[in-house]
Parts: sequence; C-alpha cells; structure tokens
Amino acid sequence: MVQMGEDTLLAVKDLKVWFSLKRGLLDSLRGKPQLYVHAVDGISFDVKKKETFCLVGESGCGKTTTGKAILRLVPITGGNAYFKPKPEILEELEKEGVEPIDNGIVDLASIPPNKFKPLRRDLQIVYQDPFGSLNPRYRVRDTLEEALIVHGIGETREERENIIATVLEKVKMTPVEDFIDRYPHQLSGGQRQRVAIARALILNPSLIVADEPVSMLDVSIRAEILELFNILQEDLGVSFIFITHDLAVARYVCHRIAVMYLGKIVELGDAREVIANPLHPYTKALVAAIPDPKPENRLVVREVPIIGEVPNAIFIPPGCRFHPRCIYYNKQPTPKLKQKCPAEEPPFKEVEPGRHTACWMYD
Amino acid sequence: MVLLEVSNLKTYFYTLRGIVKAVDGVSLTLDRGQTLGIVGESGCGKSTLAWSIMGLVPPPGRIAGGSIKIDGDDITKMREGDVRSKIRWKKVSMIFQGAMNALNPVYKVADQIAEPLLYSGAPRDEAYARVAELLEMVGLDPKIGERYPHELSGGQKQRVVIAMALIMEPDLVIADEPTTALDVVVQAQILNLMKELQRKKRRSIIIISHDLGVVSELAEKIAVMYAGKIVEYGTAEQIFNNPMHPYTQALIRAIPRLTGPVTKLEYIPGSPPDLRSPPPGCRFAPRCSKVMDICRSEEPVLEELEKDHFVACWLYRR
Ligand SMILES: Nc1ncnc2c1ncn2[C@@H]1O[C@H](COP(=O)(O)OP(=O)(O)OP(=O)(O)O)[C@@H](O)[C@H]1O
Ligand SMILES: Nc1ncnc2c1ncn2[C@@H]1O[C@H](COP(=O)(O)OP(=O)(O)O)[C@@H](O)[C@H]1O
Ligand code: SF4
Ligand code: SF4
Ligand SMILES: [Mg+2]
Ligand SMILES: [Mg+2]
Repeated sequence: MVQMGEDTLLAVKDLKVWFSLKRGLLDSLRGKPQLYVHAVDGISFDVKKKETFCLVGESGCGKTTTGKAILRLVPITGGNAYFKPKPEILEELEKEGVEPIDNGIVDLASIPPNKFKPLRRDLQIVYQDPFGSLNPRYRVRDTLEEALIVHGIGETREERENIIATVLEKVKMTPVEDFIDRYPHQLSGGQRQRVAIARALILNPSLIVADEPVSMLDVSIRAEILELFNILQEDLGVSFIFITHDLAVARYVCHRIAVMYLGKIVELGDAREVIANPLHPYTKALVAAIPDPKPENRLVVREVPIIGEVPNAIFIPPGCRFHPRCIYYNKQPTPKLKQKCPAEEPPFKEVEPGRHTACWMYD
Repeated sequence: MVLLEVSNLKTYFYTLRGIVKAVDGVSLTLDRGQTLGIVGESGCGKSTLAWSIMGLVPPPGRIAGGSIKIDGDDITKMREGDVRSKIRWKKVSMIFQGAMNALNPVYKVADQIAEPLLYSGAPRDEAYARVAELLEMVGLDPKIGERYPHELSGGQKQRVVIAMALIMEPDLVIADEPTTALDVVVQAQILNLMKELQRKKRRSIIIISHDLGVVSELAEKIAVMYAGKIVEYGTAEQIFNNPMHPYTQALIRAIPRLTGPVTKLEYIPGSPPDLRSPPPGCRFAPRCSKVMDICRSEEPVLEELEKDHFVACWLYRR
C-alpha cells in the first residue's frame, strides 16, 4: 500500500541519484574503490495537485538532477517517485503492460524505460536557457507541432493548428498570426521562454518541471514570465516543480519550498514562512546573503552566517553534511551538538506544523 | 576631486549589417574614492562603456565621438602606446565580465597575477611577494598561487581575477558583472571584499550589473542605462527611493523582493530596441506607459531636476 493523500500528485520517497565517477583501468586493477557523485542523496517530498513546489539551493546541490530523475532523464539509484497519471495515460500504460501499484498510482522510478513514453505526455520540462532549448531551424509552429505529432495528438493539420493557436494564447503570444511563423532568432528572450512553456503545456500535462526558467532573463522580462507562471497555475491547475536558486523568485511563484544542500533537503515548508523565518542554519545563511535592493546596504557589511565554501559531492562530510560550515556547530556548540553533528545524520522531521527540517538543534 | 570625466561618449560597432550605437552620447563624472553603479538590461551598452574607458573597444567597434578624461588626460586623443604605458592597469583596471572562466588554463595563478608587474620591469621576488600579499588581501591562502585555474572553485577564481585587477594599484577599478556567475553566498563574500577595497584602500569603483540588489551593496551613485544612453543618474538614495524616469520606476517595481508584501510584479512590455535603428525621440517610448506625442519625435536630454539628480524624460520638461 502506498500512502498518498487525495490531493497529492507526486510523492518522492528517499530518492537517490548517484553518478559513478569515471576511473581508469589502472585504478580498477589497483582495486581503488569506485567513487560516486552523490547528486541526490535520499530526498522525500510531495507535490500536491495544483501546487507550485520549489526546489531552491546553490548550484550543484542536486535540483536539476532531482527534476530529471522524476522525468527519468537520468538513471535513478534508489527510492521511489509515486505519481498519479491522468486516466487516459494510465489506460495507455496498462495497454503496455504496466499495472498501477495501487489505485491509480504508478512508481516513476520502477517503470521500465521502454514503457515510459505515455508518461512523457503527462510530465514535461522547461529548461533554463531560452536560447539553447529551441531548434533554430524550427518556426514556432514546427516546435509545437512536433510535440503533438510525437504523441499522436490531433488527427489533421487543422486540428493541430487549432491546438497550437490555443496554447499560444495561453502563453499570451498574441496575435497568434504574428508569432506562429517566426524562427527563434526573431523572438526576444522572454518570447522564446514563452514558446518553451507553450511546448510544455501543449500536451496538457499534470506536472511541469521548470528548471530555472527565468534565470537567464532580464529583470523586466523575468517579471513577465513569473506572472505567466502564476496565471497558468491558477487557470490550468497544472502542478509545477519550480527550480530556482533565487529565494526572492521562489517567494513570488511557489506555495512551498524545499531547500537543498549537497543532495539533501534540509528544510521544507510554506515558501513565505521559510523565507521570513528560516529554521535550518543553511537556510538562514542563504536568506542573509541575498542583497535586497536598498541604498542603505552599502553602509554595512553583509554578515553571512556560514563558513567557507560548498565541499564536493563525492566525499560527503559525515554526520550532518553541513557541519563543517555551520556556525552553530563550529562556534560554541552545546554539548549535544558537539557530539551529534559530526557523527550522526540529523533526521528530517516536522518541527512545527507544516515545517520540516533536518538539524539536531530542533530534535 | 574628479578622477574620471566622460563627455558625450559615442562608441559604435561598425558591423556589416549596420552601425550598432552601443554607447550613444554618455556623460558622467566620478570623484576619487567614489563608487558608481551602472545598471540596465542586457545589451544596453554597459560593457561597451567599460571597454571604452579601458581603451579596449573590440573591433569592429571604435570610439566615434566624445572624450574620456582620466586624471585630466583624454585617452581618446592619446596614442595606444601611451595608454598602455601610463593608463591601462596602472590608473584604470577592469574585472571583465566572465573573466573567471577566461583564466589561462596552462599558467599557475601566481604567474598570471604577476605578469603585468614583471612586464613593467619589477624584479621577480618583489613581484611574487606582492602577489602573495594580494592573494591574502582577497581572502585566499597565498599557497593558492601555486595552483592552476581548474583547481579552484568559482569563488576562488573570482578572487584571483580581482587580485589581477589590483596588482598595479590602479585608482579606478571597473567591475563588470563581478558576481553574476556566482551563488548568493559566494556573491555576498565577494561583495564584502569589494566593500573592503572601498573603505580601506579608498579606491574608486565602477560596478556594473543588471542586478539592482548587487549595485545597492556598493554604489553611492547610480547611472541607469537604456539603449546606449544614460536615462537617469543620481545618488543611490535618489534612484531607489525617488526614481523619476519611467524606465527606472518600472525596473524597480519589477524586482521580486525578499521582504514586504508579495504584490503582483510589474513588467515592462516589449523589449529594448535594436541599436542599429533605435526609434526616433525617446528610445524608451515604445515601452513607456507615460508616452506623449513629443516623446516619439524629439529626444529628451539629461536635466538636473534636483541637486545631483539627472533625468532624461519629457515628463519633467520645464
Ligand atoms: N564586438 C561587437 N560587435 C558588434 N556589436 C557588438 C559587439 N559587442 C557588443 N555589441 C553590441 O553592442 C550593444 C551593447 O553591448 P554590451 O556588451 O555593451 O551590453 P551590456 O549592457 O554589457 O549587456 P550585458 O548585460 O548582456 O552584459 C549590444 O547591442 C551588442 O550586441
Ligand atoms: N551526468 C552527470 N554526471 C556526473 N555528475 C553529474 C551529472 N549531472 C550532475 N552531476 C553532478 O551532480 C551534482 C548535482 O548537480 P545538479 O543536479 O545539476 O545541481 P543543480 O541543478 O542544483 O545545480 C553536481 O555535483 C553535479 O556536478
Ligand atoms: S545538525 Fe548541527 S551541524 Fe547540522 S545544521 Fe544543525 S546545528 Fe548545524
Ligand atoms: S520621454 Fe516620454 S517616452 Fe520617454 S520615458 Fe519620458 S514619458 Fe516615457
Ligand atoms: Mg541546475
Ligand atoms: Mg556586459
């Protein structure tokens, strides 16, 4: 039996993605141990229906890998990702011989790769780079039609044309005639990102992973795309996993956020509460580091309560993986922290209603 | 005391497909010890302005008009040899956008930092002692000098790049997007380092960024650029607390904030003009919510509306 609430769309349990480090023949002959990049190292979270769930954290903490794992674009090392596909997708899966493990629920992590295709309709991704993610030789129309043809949607040209026009309206690329025949180089950065979003929406998915979709856009355009996400969310009721390294952006588009550090979720909760009142020492540092545009900032040194830089994801520090950088552990720790932090991994626990964190201070 | 005086600078790129007027009539002054922030969207000419001040405009670009006086010397009138021997790196240096990814992979860090000193004839041991001192000042273990760039983290590389800009003890350091590729924690550390340069060394800094938050960490004065022109120029307080140009106002309202109420973000419709054929009149007119007839035909000039606060907009014409 899988425990999954009525309003839950996706439940990720102890997901792990390790990449094996290439080693030479000599290394293996000499019996050197195989090393791994612990990109995602056992994380659990769920995404509700019609929710925008954010993954935040510094580069390399495993956000993209988490998103890709859910779409099975990287091999999963361990764990599960329980998902409720749309009924028609479920039907197609059953035709392929994939039985739901429980009343409409499938485990994305254990479906054989050759049977995954129906799910590609229900799970979509929008990439960071609005320049690289579109084929330069495809007009807007071709990019969007390709997705329809691959999944056999729309019998005739006209039918597909109608679907394309509708989705372009949804992403506010109107009048449609003005845009439908343009090539990517004839579009601005914001418009290209709209096309990428349209491509994700056109298959009417349940879940869209948006990987840093506004990071490469200018401020004035960024706001436009963020508003678009908010509108789509409300109007279409699709769920998003929104990946960003920018907490201020998360605050505008997300319902809940999960803060990642070195492959683990260290804190999870309501987006605005986590930012206003961070619990985990790492979240506190992240929030303190962000320069809010205020002229008085220049008069003070911005104290960021954190030590040094992120270690690599190969040799994960023992105990709490944040302990080498944690000021609570490194500066006058209580006897409990002194003993626990370097030795035992803190459990990920609900410490206040709806607020989860992994830190011995709250255990 | 005025260190830098740019007057009516025009820097154009003469491409096969037309003249890109990347910097088109920019004037500004910077006092010794002062920090100026330059903000604006991608492509508005920030880097081109910086390259011009360094006397390093890449072809097919060149300075088409105006002057750039550094300590009274107009570098646009000087011979390249004189700029190289007297001005560049010695009086003005630059942290280039993306420089941390352009470090030479085959040279050790210390050799790269020492190069201009050695080139100017300093003895080896003196040069390397200075490098060690600088590495320490930018918060690195001097032993890092023995490493190659690929052995450093992003934050460490950026510190090396800053050390390179400081080796000749210039009066003015131009930092072009010095933290854009960095994570927020490292960004805060780098900005603190630059604050130290400001305070302890009384260096003049020009900080260029598309991120108003980053600029607010350092700048006393801010110039807002749009499509090759400065549209508003004033103290940080004036720009943030009392922006007057519709572009600046919209830009500030478009920033997602970390505190305060979460209101609907505003955005500026459309995108900046093609600098080969900017619209006549005010270049912001096609995107401006307050556009008037005159805006579409006549160009507004920068006017001082209150002390030290300059705005180029017809709304305020007197
Ligand atoms: N070598 C070049 N040849 C032709 N045009 C150029 C060249 N370098 C820059 N430009 C053009 O000059 C204009 C200003 O570019 P610049 O790099 O100064 O912008 P910027 O404000 O620094 O932008 P960003 O925020 O993206 O760094 C742009 O239209 C750009 O395309
Ligand atoms: N295909 C891969 N092979 C090996 N290591 C990888 C691969 N993809 C990502 N990694 C590593 O996994 C970690 C997490 O990466 P990523 O998920 O891209 O982080 P983020 O999106 O949070 O920046 C990093 O250390 C990264 O270098
Ligand atoms: S468990 Fe210990 S080391 Fe880890 S974040 Fe909490 S106090 Fe710091
Ligand atoms: S001059 Fe006119 S178009 Fe330009 S910013 Fe002012 S009001 Fe807007
Ligand atoms: Mg990523
Ligand atoms: Mg630039």
